[in-house]
Amino acid sequence: MTSLRNSRAHLPGPPPDAAPGDGVLQAVDLRKHFKLKGIGSRDVVHAVDDVNFELRRGRVLALVGESGSGKSTIARLLAQLMPLTGGSIRLHGEDAAVKNRRSFRRYVGRVQMIFQDPFGSLNPVHPVRHILTRSLRIHRGRLRGAELESALVELLERVQLQPAERYIEKYPHELSGGQRQRVAIARALAADPEVLLADEPISMLDVSIRLGILNLLQDLRDRLHIAILYITHDIASARYFADRTMVMYAGRIVESGDSESVTQDPKHPYTQLLVRSAPDPDDLEARARGARGEAPSLVKPPSGCRFNPRCPFATDLCRTEVPPLISVGDEREAACWGYSDRPDRPVLESAGLDTPPSSATRPTGGVA
Amino acid sequence: MTTPTQFDAASDAAERSRLVSASDPVLEIKNLSVDYGYDDDPVHVLRQVSLTLGRGEVLGLAGESGCGKSTLAYAATRLLPPPGLITGGEVLFTDRDGTKTDILKLDDRALRASRWQDMAIVFQGAMNSLNPVFRIGRQIADGIQAHRPGISRKEALERSAELLELVGIAPDRLRSYPHQLSGGMRQRVMIAMALALDPQVLIMDEPTTALDVVMQRQIVEQIAELRTRLGFSVIFITHDVSLLIEIADRIAIMYAGEIIEDAAALDVYQRPRHPYSSALLHSFPPLRGPRRELTGIPGSPPDLAKLGGGCPFRDRCAFAFDACSTVTPELVRPVVAGDDPRRAVACLHHDPAVVRAMGQEPPAIPVEISRSAHDAERNAAVV
Repeated sequence: MTSLRNSRAHLPGPPPDAAPGDGVLQAVDLRKHFKLKGIGSRDVVHAVDDVNFELRRGRVLALVGESGSGKSTIARLLAQLMPLTGGSIRLHGEDAAVKNRRSFRRYVGRVQMIFQDPFGSLNPVHPVRHILTRSLRIHRGRLRGAELESALVELLERVQLQPAERYIEKYPHELSGGQRQRVAIARALAADPEVLLADEPISMLDVSIRLGILNLLQDLRDRLHIAILYITHDIASARYFADRTMVMYAGRIVESGDSESVTQDPKHPYTQLLVRSAPDPDDLEARARGARGEAPSLVKPPSGCRFNPRCPFATDLCRTEVPPLISVGDEREAACWGYSDRPDRPVLESAGLDTPPSSATRPTGGVA
Repeated sequence: MTTPTQFDAASDAAERSRLVSASDPVLEIKNLSVDYGYDDDPVHVLRQVSLTLGRGEVLGLAGESGCGKSTLAYAATRLLPPPGLITGGEVLFTDRDGTKTDILKLDDRALRASRWQDMAIVFQGAMNSLNPVFRIGRQIADGIQAHRPGISRKEALERSAELLELVGIAPDRLRSYPHQLSGGMRQRVMIAMALALDPQVLIMDEPTTALDVVMQRQIVEQIAELRTRLGFSVIFITHDVSLLIEIADRIAIMYAGEIIEDAAALDVYQRPRHPYSSALLHSFPPLRGPRRELTGIPGSPPDLAKLGGGCPFRDRCAFAFDACSTVTPELVRPVVAGDDPRRAVACLHHDPAVVRAMGQEPPAIPVEISRSAHDAERNAAVV
């Protein structure tokens, strides 16, 4: 792999003694507002507000949220496919904002993206060979002949498309959805990236092959020590695949922590609702019932905590002031006033999955 | 082998899942076959599929994309777009007074009258099937007036308002355009429309796939509640088996154009009999319980155009044996002692007689597809 790390003198590279767990890409106070159409319209969609996190070598960070919560916007911001409204992106501690085409090229050589739809992200008129060759030539210089051939075979084998000869001349329409997604991953790997941004990489695939793709990404994390941002709406797959999980609601991070604790002992009322809403055949009783309400408009988001209109515990404090991320345990944070030490904080009923299912829907009450 | 405990557990499972006896079916699909393509070499996407929906029952239809679940629903309602062609079978609909009609033999007028009235369908991506340029009230009222010519506009709109209330939307939303509603609300409007003429069968094709889990939970609860109140039967099509286990009484699992397992919902989950059902259940990472390495199902679904004889799942099956590549398994009662007599599975492991007829000795049944109710209880006790 080291032979491939050429032409990288312009950007800060990983320190020679980089170890798994070291920070790679950092989002600092990320903010994105979209202007609404209309003459004289000053309204903006608050898609992402004050988002901070760090992607680390050989670690997977999951970003979970419902559709419209801003998770794909974050991926596109990190890939620098659109400009930031505020905040910064830092690669190995240095500001990575791209200023021109050349610096963008260098940046995408480090940070690659995998899209949701493998049917749309591969050009249907080119065979796999062309798709991968193009990516190799852009990112690794002019490979030719045997060198190119062995690089292609290596890529296909790394995404477990074996034997490589069987796939290399195929057009995308000749491949199944899972195989196409593997080709898309191989194309990203051609750049030998340090960061993979995977935007719902399995949600368009058949249920029986989703795990294959997740296990492949896991293998890349372990063998190549790639830092992965895994964006999903399926919190169960985040638990399976990710080391840490961040939950997003209406453009803000509401909870973060290691995946196991976030899913087994959710702290934020929204995470609790999310976890209880997931179908669970083993426990047909402990489900959220009577959950009501929908995600708010992001043009005029609710003041204070954006979850307050749906939160059973919300108080005046929640309706007026934005809760900061408060430490709620070992490397865990939740943006909920209930965990603060303010005297006017809301009283949360005891969290976790042991509470009776109706408790989440009742208005404020004592500790159960 | 048949200890009393086993029997009790089995009958208990049947009781819990409210298995409706076949004596009161509302929809019987018999040997339905569908081809795609008019030329000499059509693709057989449905091959001799039989399915019975009991009155008041929720039947889940699960399987991967391309396995024919939507085709089955569209063929049974005669909504199949070209080049789909129904090549055989019958779809018997039993009215409330007991008269049976074959949907496939209705003429155009009778079919038009029957649609929406007897059987209504909520389409896949229903959120986008509303007309964006008309208010939703008008869209619902138009449908009512088309079927009930005597009804005035005012009455039709009043009925529309009632329907919206039924699905939990404020009646003043009648004057909204579809784009003013959220995805979940649009899905509810579609359900309200489907219920407009009080149908006896409601077919829902992936009604919650485009929604997030919280909204999905709300819609599913709504359907369950309306079903109890109005007493219609539901065919619920989805690829999410874990959701079906919650909502459905019975689950039919499809693979490559055939039904390969048909059993009570909890039986499918706790005691799958087909290797594909078992593998499908292990394709979902669990949200609770121990974290474990999962593998999914190797390979991908077969190309229906190149399907020869034998079991269509054999190439991906961990338990395939010689006979699987020559004999096409038929739906039979599984051989496991204590099983519900009404469940059926299409796997040669459960049909040793056919294998012996071939002159081969059937191998022992793998434990994954022969767990008895007794085993499940013991496992539960250990956990």
